[in-house]
Amino acid sequence: MSDHPSSVISARVRHVEALLESRGLLEDGEIDGRIDEFLAGGSPANGARIAARAWVDPGFAERLLADANGAIRELGFSMAGGLQEQRLKVVANTAEEHNVVVCTLCSCYPIALLGPSPGWYKSEAYRSRVVRDPRGVLREFGLELPERTRISVWDASAESRYMVVPRRPEGTEGLSEEQLAGLVTRKGLIGTAAV
Amino acid sequence: MSRINDVGGMAGFPAIVEEPDEPPFHADWEAHVFALNGALIRRGVYNLDEFRDAIERMPAEEYLAASYYERWFAAITTLLVEKGVAVPEELDLPDERDRPHG
Repeated sequence: MSDHPSSVISARVRHVEALLESRGLLEDGEIDGRIDEFLAGGSPANGARIAARAWVDPGFAERLLADANGAIRELGFSMAGGLQEQRLKVVANTAEEHNVVVCTLCSCYPIALLGPSPGWYKSEAYRSRVVRDPRGVLREFGLELPERTRISVWDASAESRYMVVPRRPEGTEGLSEEQLAGLVTRKGLIGTAAV
Repeated sequence: MSRINDVGGMAGFPAIVEEPDEPPFHADWEAHVFALNGALIRRGVYNLDEFRDAIERMPAEEYLAASYYERWFAAITTLLVEKGVAVPEELDLPDERDRPHG
């Protein structure tokens, strides 16, 4: 399959689209509309806002860890925008425990909060290895954790998605919530970076 | 029996490669495959579990050789045939129609 040049698969996709349009299963412009909608949707900025709120508001942090689907609604986010509502569990890193998310079976990911997933998240390399040797994999990402830090790996599924709240960096007491959100990266929210 | 997609803990895969400034889709056709799948699910041609299953029952060698959205497209065409929307020959490009179907 990968030996098909990109132009061949591109032509095959167009051909199938045309066939479905002729059978009334696709409307004119429907595909472009869906692509635009997807690209304008989720972004890691959403997850970063949630993490920053959790850092500045202990009550929110508590609600977030207890019932993430309910808590993110306070910020206007929802896990119900896709094909079916997904259960969200948010886990917070501490000095004792680091969390990292994977989908070993495919590519389940909280797209509403993080946007499209990176290629490495969907790769067999990441999916196979992070559950067997999380410390080694995190080291490859440049994240060296102390031996005493426990690592929990969360395996997402069709019904359940996970997001990590990184540890708030030291020396950030004077920053606004918005500035704090600006520190949080996509990898921090997956758990393959410190923040 | 576990399927080829169930790679958790499996040994033998290479180092993880990060792509700097990676775009959501690497080609237009990938975006089209993504949108096509959503359209067919919303229209009830098949459901999300059937789609996932169609990827996961790909023969191991095809699964491993395919890119992420090549797998999606393979699953879509499998389901279009199984659901009676099209016969296999209709899904091929006109100049591919003499190749055998496995």
